[in-house]
Amino acid sequence: MWKIIYIFAFHLVAHADRHILFIVSTMNDTFKNRSQYIRMAFALVAIILILRLAYIQLFDKDYTTVADAQALREVVQFPARGYIYDRNGKLIVYNEAVFDLMVVPSETLVRDKNDRKKYHQANDTALLCRKLGITHADYEARMEKARTYSPVVASIFMKQISKEEYASWQRDLYKFKGFYVQRRTLRSYTRPVGAHVLGYVGEVNDSDIKNDSAYYRRGDYIGQSGLEKTYENELRGVKGKTVMQVDVHSRTIGHYLDGKMDCTPIEGNNLYTSLDLDLQEYAEKLMSNKRGCVVAIEPSTGEVLALVSAPTYDPNLLVGRVRGDNYSMLEADANKPLYNRALQGAYPPGSIFKVAQAMAALQQGVITPTTGFACNKSLVGCHNHPSAGRVQDAIKMSCNPYFYNVYNRMIQQGKYKNVFKDSQYGLMVWRDYMLRFGFGQRLDIDLPNVKSGYIPDTSFYNKWYKGHTWSFSTIYSNSIGQGEVLVVPIQMANLACVVANRGYYITPHVVRYVGNDSVKTRRKEYVTKHQTGIDKRYFDIAVAGMNDVVYAPGGTGHRAAVPGISVCGKTGTAENYVGKVKRADHSVFIAFAPKDDPKIALSVYVENAAGGGGTWAAPIAGLIIEKYLKGTVERTEVERTYMEASPCQPLMKPKPATPKK
Amino acid sequence: MAISSTYKKIDYTPIVLYAIIVLFGWLNIFAACHTEAHAEVFDLSVQHGKQMIWIVISAIFATLILFSEARIYSNGAYIFYIGVLLMLILTLAIGKSTNGGVSWIEIGPIKIQMSEFSKFATALVLAKYLSGQDVDIAERKTWGTILLLLGLPAALIFLQHDTGSTLVFASFLIPLYRIGMPPLIFSIGFIAVALFVGATSEIFGRFTNYILCGLVLLGCLFYLFIYLGKPKTKDYVKAIAALLICCGFVFSVDYIFDHVLEPHQQNRIKVLYDPTLDLQGKGYNVHQAKIAIGSGGLTGKGALKGTITPAHFVPEQETDFIFCTVGEEWGFLGSMALVLLYTWLLQHLITMAERQASLFARFYGYCVASILFFHFMVNIGMVLGLLPVIGIPLPFFSYGGSSLLAFTILLFIFIRLDANHMSLL
Repeated sequence: MWKIIYIFAFHLVAHADRHILFIVSTMNDTFKNRSQYIRMAFALVAIILILRLAYIQLFDKDYTTVADAQALREVVQFPARGYIYDRNGKLIVYNEAVFDLMVVPSETLVRDKNDRKKYHQANDTALLCRKLGITHADYEARMEKARTYSPVVASIFMKQISKEEYASWQRDLYKFKGFYVQRRTLRSYTRPVGAHVLGYVGEVNDSDIKNDSAYYRRGDYIGQSGLEKTYENELRGVKGKTVMQVDVHSRTIGHYLDGKMDCTPIEGNNLYTSLDLDLQEYAEKLMSNKRGCVVAIEPSTGEVLALVSAPTYDPNLLVGRVRGDNYSMLEADANKPLYNRALQGAYPPGSIFKVAQAMAALQQGVITPTTGFACNKSLVGCHNHPSAGRVQDAIKMSCNPYFYNVYNRMIQQGKYKNVFKDSQYGLMVWRDYMLRFGFGQRLDIDLPNVKSGYIPDTSFYNKWYKGHTWSFSTIYSNSIGQGEVLVVPIQMANLACVVANRGYYITPHVVRYVGNDSVKTRRKEYVTKHQTGIDKRYFDIAVAGMNDVVYAPGGTGHRAAVPGISVCGKTGTAENYVGKVKRADHSVFIAFAPKDDPKIALSVYVENAAGGGGTWAAPIAGLIIEKYLKGTVERTEVERTYMEASPCQPLMKPKPATPKK
Repeated sequence: MAISSTYKKIDYTPIVLYAIIVLFGWLNIFAACHTEAHAEVFDLSVQHGKQMIWIVISAIFATLILFSEARIYSNGAYIFYIGVLLMLILTLAIGKSTNGGVSWIEIGPIKIQMSEFSKFATALVLAKYLSGQDVDIAERKTWGTILLLLGLPAALIFLQHDTGSTLVFASFLIPLYRIGMPPLIFSIGFIAVALFVGATSEIFGRFTNYILCGLVLLGCLFYLFIYLGKPKTKDYVKAIAALLICCGFVFSVDYIFDHVLEPHQQNRIKVLYDPTLDLQGKGYNVHQAKIAIGSGGLTGKGALKGTITPAHFVPEQETDFIFCTVGEEWGFLGSMALVLLYTWLLQHLITMAERQASLFARFYGYCVASILFFHFMVNIGMVLGLLPVIGIPLPFFSYGGSSLLAFTILLFIFIRLDANHMSLL
């Protein structure tokens, strides 16, 4: 290449002296041919420029992308998050406007008139600090943070200023150059209840963005627990955007293509839940000063009426500027208020489990409704009561030896001569029945983080006893809801539903409809009847037995009785240990009412409340039934007693700090 | 000569091309400058409004020139020249500084850049001098005079730190070549530029200087033993002298680049070699210009629909970088059309120059074509990243009253001379 250039160059040099040098002032022009060279040179330059243009404009597409990236800015408009209503149309969750104070640091300065390199504050910063209630050092720190982000792009100076606070100095805002407000919405609650069901929203993390990178951007909010999490896609709505043209300083200079690319945000769908807000509030009051939970379900539909985990917290605590501090406080609380016991707690069920045992044994044919067993306390401990001569009485009196025998027949059915092999067979038959009640598997409720509980199988015991050397005699504790069996409180309530429905359940759920005032869509997922495969006539025995528990002499749950309503229930007293140390028994009660045509089924679980199921859980269940079916509770004295009581041992630990509002 | 006969003899082709380019230019200045607040055509507070005034003023001057006496330009050449020189000195004395240079004088509300007007005056004076009866281009004295006539305004403009306008004086080499200047000057210039580019771009890394000298040596050997075949002693002396001069030049370029050129001039050359080197700094202008043009695609975004242009990503877009607007809003087709318009005008000017009976008119015609060509090539070449960023306007197109008026005068004097092209001035 260079060689060719040099040859060309030297050619020109070498010929230089051959040119005749004289001036021509007439038509006889010796150098006329040179005009052709000049023309060609001009044309050549034009061709080079056009080729270069073609390369930049037609073949290299990178420039278009870069151009759009730097000249257009999408301004996202956040849709209002969907509201949440209760079953009676009462509003539970809505949005409230708050204001972020934004600042463009470079606009807060003005250039000196004489010295263009010097800048002055454009604002009366002292006045601004006074209005915002911050110190000058705080102002400088916030400004420095904003400046670090970008001197010319708006960033948040002060987050989530309430409507009232904003209104107090809104009139003065124009005085402060470079400051303006941006409207946002925050969750707000009509009553400080339902925190565990409703859940909370928080800023997205990296994995949220990765999972749905088309929707989420850094700083967006996402449902992180409860209904907010499950129904995130319904509640969040569709973001709107305006495409703005920005100049070299990132200042907006107008709508791109006169707003043709813009779209308005679409509000999120509302959730029409099955919760009864009044009942939820009432149940939470009853559970105050206690550890435990309440799950109330409409048995015919599986709709959750109330779901309480105690201790609970005011959902307003996890909203807005105070969220971070309050979250840490709640997390540090030894009573674990953030933990949803109703869905995440796996407990020994205690005697309520006997109802399911009776049903399985009757269906399997190992007992009949009139099978009787003596209350032989040498087999397993029991309280003082006459021996049960039929299943109904055994349920009423919650006789431990009776169910020891029932379980014995279930596990060792005599199919195999080898007692171990026979137990293997019996356990799997029994386990199959338990699963049909919804135990040992995750109930597919529309709330996140539901535990499955545990119903042991043969492989569990084979591993546990290292070989096939286990039989009924080693696992009999399961018969009375102790041993290896673990049940989640929602499953206990579901058991009450199965009995109330005489043989089936519909998966519990919280949301009935999704949509807005004009279009509501029913949740179709929750209509399937899960049949237990046990005859209705056996359930009639269970219903009669559970009715006796509350009303018959010698029944264990008479404190659940509600005047004028036929309540059916079953008590449970669950022994429990922390490590090897025995702790005060859990008090358990499941119930449904009215006996015929049940409208409510529930489970009440009070942790470490010495005194058994009949003492604490049963009366609480009775009050909840009364509240739901009658609307008001007339037994105000009883009501006050149980609201104020704090039976949990050890006592509730004091809260680590006072929450911020 | 009667006005009516002049009217009939005027060649309207360049006038029509001129008018199209000027109006197209104004439209693009409007696109680059207009905002929602200043959308009026005659808003005198913004550039597109001011430019409209300058277009009207230029049209008046053009008309006056067309109906003036052609001899004014021939006989008054020295007066124009001396007047411009005095104004350039005045600029240095009382001028206002912009961008580190002192190139403006203010007359009331109007700012005038005298360097723009030096071009037509220098062209006139050179044409006048070379068409003299006793001037022989072969004589040393003649070259001395030419260098003096060119050098005076060029030096005064260089003192104003206006490198771009100084470089424009190189375009006078084309008319000089046309009338018989030996191509040796071009050759030397070409070799010098090639060696300079080679050396400053460090094309062969840190061995660049040695390899370039080696190439010159190869060239000399080729000249002596292959081209000449049997070189005489005199040829050896010439070759060795050439070799020494070239090597000296190459090694002094490093020194020149580092110590003679000012940092902003160094940057303009560095950016040319590698615009991605520093996109936020030195390469910013050219990079943004390419983004704007590249985003136009085949047909462009449409008039006033650009996104880069109104956002001021490209600094000085309404002046030296106005071609970006054409590229973005009118696309490849529009840009090519503009390049072809200029090419048509330039080729037509050569045709016109060639038909002149007088050396004065022909030489002046070549000066007009060459000055326009130089601006056209350097400006668009710069915007497209082919040439270093040299701040000179696109003729008739860029925003700037002095430049528009000066180019109008330059062109219309020639159109006026052409109307009498059969006469000997």
